Amino acid sequence: MTTVSFELTVNGRLRKATVPARMLLSDFIRQELALPGTHVGCEHGVCGSCNVVLDGKAVRSCLMFAVQAEGSEITTVEGLARGDDLHPIQQAFWEEHGLQCGFCTPGMLASAQELLAENPDPTDDEIREAISGNLCRCTGYEFIISAIRSAAVKLREADTETTLQPT
Amino acid sequence: MKPSAFRYERPADLPAALALLGSGGDTRILAGGQSLVPMMNYRLARPDCLIDINRLSELDYIREEDDVIAIGALARHAAVKSSDLIAAHLPIIAEAYDWIAHAAVRNRGTLCGNLCHADAASEMPAIMQILEAELVLSKTGAQRSVAATDFFVGTYETAIAADEILTELRIPKPAEKTGWGFEEVAMRRGDYAWCTVVATLQIRDGQIASPRIALAGVNACATRLGDAERALAGQSPEEGLFAEIAQDAANRAEPQESAASDAEYKRDLIRALLPRVLGDAVARAR
Ligand SMILES: Cc1cc2nc3c(=O)[nH]c(=O)nc-3n(C[C@H](O)[C@H](O)[C@H](O)COP(=O)(O)OP(=O)(O)OC[C@H]3O[C@@H](n4cnc5c(N)ncnc54)[C@H](O)[C@@H]3O)c2cc1C
Ligand code: FES
Ligand code: FES
Repeated sequence: MTTVSFELTVNGRLRKATVPARMLLSDFIRQELALPGTHVGCEHGVCGSCNVVLDGKAVRSCLMFAVQAEGSEITTVEGLARGDDLHPIQQAFWEEHGLQCGFCTPGMLASAQELLAENPDPTDDEIREAISGNLCRCTGYEFIISAIRSAAVKLREADTETTLQPT
Repeated sequence: MKPSAFRYERPADLPAALALLGSGGDTRILAGGQSLVPMMNYRLARPDCLIDINRLSELDYIREEDDVIAIGALARHAAVKSSDLIAAHLPIIAEAYDWIAHAAVRNRGTLCGNLCHADAASEMPAIMQILEAELVLSKTGAQRSVAATDFFVGTYETAIAADEILTELRIPKPAEKTGWGFEEVAMRRGDYAWCTVVATLQIRDGQIASPRIALAGVNACATRLGDAERALAGQSPEEGLFAEIAQDAANRAEPQESAASDAEYKRDLIRALLPRVLGDAVARAR
C-alpha cells in the first residue's frame, strides 16, 4: 500500500482522496484540497504554523500522513468564517492587532480554538502555555495574548461553540 | 523535506501488528509520529514500511493494577499529563510534562514512543529509571519485561529488538512519603533539555533512605547516578553534603556538547540543579 484511498471531512465537507501514503497532511490540505491557508514553515514540528484542529485537538499537520486522518474531522483556517462574518477568534485577532505578516496566524487560531473550547476563561499564563508551540516572528506575542483574551470574552458572551463547523 | 516512499500498514489489532513486524526490511512502528515523522521529513529515517499502531485502541489506557500504574503504548502525552491517577501517585510525571514539548505535540505523541525514541535530552527516560519502571516488550508468541535502567543503551539506542513492540509501561507506585524533585534548564520550556536532574528519596529516622537520582540531557543517554545515591543513603540531609555530591557528579559526567551548551556549562548546571532537586525531594518527603 504505497498509494492509499480514504475519506475525511474538512471544514464540514466530505472529501475523498487517493494519494501516496507518504503525503503529509499539510501537503494534502494545501495541494490536493487547494486550501493554502494552512501554512508550512519548518516541516519538523517546531513552528506550529501548520496546526489544524483534528477531532477537536490542535495537531501539527506536517507530522501526520494524510491517510492517518481517515475518518476524522478537520477544521482549517478556511473553515472558521461564515461568509463575510469572521469567527469571534478571528475578529479578536483583527481588533487587537494579533497579526502582522499573518504567517503564524492559522496555526495560532488552531491552538486558540482548542484552548478556548476546553478553558473558556484562561489566565494569561494559560494562554502563553497554549501558544508556546507556535512561533511568531513579528508581533512579540503580546497582542496575540490580548487577542485570545478578548476572544475568550466574545465567545463567553456569544456562548458559541469554538470549534465551529460550517453547516 | 518530504519523506521517501514507504508501504503503509494499519493493523486492527496487536497480533496483526506483531505479525507484520517480522516481515523484514526497515520496518518501523508509527505511534504519535512526533519524532519519527520529523526524521522522515529530513530523510534521516527512510523506512520501507510503517506499521501505524494508532488504531490499536486496546493499547490506549492508563490504569491502576494493585501497586502498579500501567500505561499502554497508545496513551498520548496529553492523556498522561492530565490523568488523575498520575497526579495522585506519580506527581513528578505531571510536573515534568510542563517541560516536555507543546500542546499540539503532546496531543499526538505517546509516552511509550518517547521512550523508544530515546533521545539523550529527553526527560522521561531519566524519570522512568528513578521510578524503576518496567517496559513490557511483546513479539509474536512471547513477551519479556525489561527494567528501565537496562532499556536505555545509548543515544537513540534501546534494548528493543526489531520484531518487538513496547506494549506497556509498568510503574510501581512509590512508597508512602516519597519525596521527589525535578529541575531542568533548556532554551525554552518545551524544548529538549540541556540538563535535567530528577530524584526521589525517603526520610527515615532523620536520614535519607532509598535515594534515586538520574540525569538527562548530559550523557549519551539518561543515566542513574549510582555513586551519588550510595553517598547519600543513610546520611542526614545537609546542604554541604548535597554540594559535595553535585561536585562529584559533575566531575563524573561525560557531557555531550551542543552549540548552545558546552561541556563546562553542563557541569555547572549539574552543580546548580542537583542540590536544589535534593532539597525539594527532602522537603516533600517530610
Ligand atoms: C516541537 C517538539 C518538541 C519536543 N520537545 C520534547 C521535549 O522537550 N522532551 C521530549 O522528551 N520530547 C520532546 N519531543 C518529542 C516527543 O516527546 C515525541 O512525541 C516522542 O519523542 C515520540 O513519541 P511518538 O509517539 O510521537 O513516537 P513516534 O515518533 O511515532 O516514534 C518514535 C520512535 O519510536 C518507535 N516506536 C514508537 N512507539 C513504539 C512502540 N510502542 N514500540 C516500539 N517502537 C515504537 C518508532 O518506530 C520510532 O522509531 C518534541 C517533539 C517536537 C516535535
Ligand atoms: S510546519 Fe509543521 S510545525 Fe512547522
Ligand atoms: S504575524 Fe508574522 S509570524 Fe506572526
